Amino acid sequence: MTSKITIGVAGSGTMGTGIAIVAARAGFPTIIYDVDQARAENATAQMKAFFAKSVQRGKLTQDQVDEIMSRVKATGDIKAMAPCGLVIEAIFEELEVKGRLFTALDAICGPDTLFASNTSTLSITEIAAKSGRDDRFVGMHFCLPAQLMKLVEMSPGLNTSADSFERAWNICEEMGQRPVKTQDAPGFILNYFLVPFNNDAIRLVEEGVAEPAEIDKAIKEALGYAMGPMELLDLIGLDTQVMLCEALHGVMHEPRASCPPLLRRMVAARRLGRKTKRGFLSYDTAAIFGA
Amino acid sequence: MSHRVIKSGPSRSFPDAHPLIDGAAPEGEILVLAGVGAGEAYAALADKTGYRAILIELGTECLGVHTSESRGDEGSVVLGFARFRLGDAAPSDLVEIVRQPATPTDAVAAARELFEGYGLKTAVCGDFPGRIVDRLVRPYYNAALSRLDARLATAGDMDLTLKLGLGYPEGPIELLERTGLAAHHDVTQALYVALGDPAYAPARRAQVAKSRKFAGL
Repeated sequence: MTSKITIGVAGSGTMGTGIAIVAARAGFPTIIYDVDQARAENATAQMKAFFAKSVQRGKLTQDQVDEIMSRVKATGDIKAMAPCGLVIEAIFEELEVKGRLFTALDAICGPDTLFASNTSTLSITEIAAKSGRDDRFVGMHFCLPAQLMKLVEMSPGLNTSADSFERAWNICEEMGQRPVKTQDAPGFILNYFLVPFNNDAIRLVEEGVAEPAEIDKAIKEALGYAMGPMELLDLIGLDTQVMLCEALHGVMHEPRASCPPLLRRMVAARRLGRKTKRGFLSYDTAAIFGA
Repeated sequence: MSHRVIKSGPSRSFPDAHPLIDGAAPEGEILVLAGVGAGEAYAALADKTGYRAILIELGTECLGVHTSESRGDEGSVVLGFARFRLGDAAPSDLVEIVRQPATPTDAVAAARELFEGYGLKTAVCGDFPGRIVDRLVRPYYNAALSRLDARLATAGDMDLTLKLGLGYPEGPIELLERTGLAAHHDVTQALYVALGDPAYAPARRAQVAKSRKFAGL
């Protein structure tokens, strides 16, 4: 039983906030770290707003929410991550930046602390190589929105020990998630398929094949998908999709993974999706998804 | 709103009895040309005037094959349609309505109204190969088959991951097994020819299934 460990989440964006919700909700003391203290605190505000909806919908009581939030700390000081038994990194997809983060964490955390990356496109082995503890490093790719989706793609790097992978797997299950083992391959399973699929949908808009809402309607109705590609892109964030394209295309050289010009134009125009209330579709709120 | 139906051969959109077909009148504001011979039936129409919309059932071809095209300004009350259907599976409730650049808004509205009046769902798209759904899903299915060959994961794990991770009701491998790999081959091959994009080239497993079907195996 590893339920007493503290889980650290490095990065307080959409994914980091969602992972922190999962960890805290499952009973783990949770520390959210961001280089910007205000962003870390904003993540806890987003968590409170999410849990408030859970109360409204009868999924949690206010007492339960108070107890969950009492386990959550936000920090802008990386030294506060020292007590963590597992640190899950959810910062943006740049190998060098992730490497610097893990190098710093390696100097702060104890030798038993497991490191995990929520990367969706980069090689676990390559990130692990920069961590100072590649034998205690795993890939833990949560799905968006993490607070609602059970699946976690778990990948060992080439030097990950069997014991580390098993420990991380068990923690993942204790968090109430459903781990699936994947190869350490570009995009693992989900993004290998999803990033090009979403780019193809953007290209349909670009080429005038159909309007975004019509594409969503067609895909949902024909295939029974819960979300259409355009609304999913808006949820992911169009700036994130650009980074996913660059990361995946950079290693795969797969034409379908290359960034469509329309996507870059929309990011330049700050049409980033739900978080700016306007992407391929329009929204009247930027609140975090689900309850 | 009344409609008339001319059925020319078997229809992939309406293979069996359907209220929209059964509810047709001898004359109507909308003319529905259903079946594999819909395009020929349109060409043979003596009088194409007086309809709010004429709806031609399409296969993998573009509407322009039947209406002709001119300088990007084409468009009339003649639209294309097809109920999305995967291989041998029953048609879905989705009707893709195909318009051209100058198609009048009223004709599109009339087509939507007719199909939705019979409980079907509609999505409007331009006149491009594969319309919306086939254009999007065929490269994805080809990639799934290729990754299976490359042993990215087992077929079961790949399906499970995509179902859990993206909320898909069915993974790509089980879906293709259910609806027919050879049928996928035929659609994606037609798109490959039309678009020239290697992403549509039938994956090896689809080619094998097609060869076996052709050989009667």
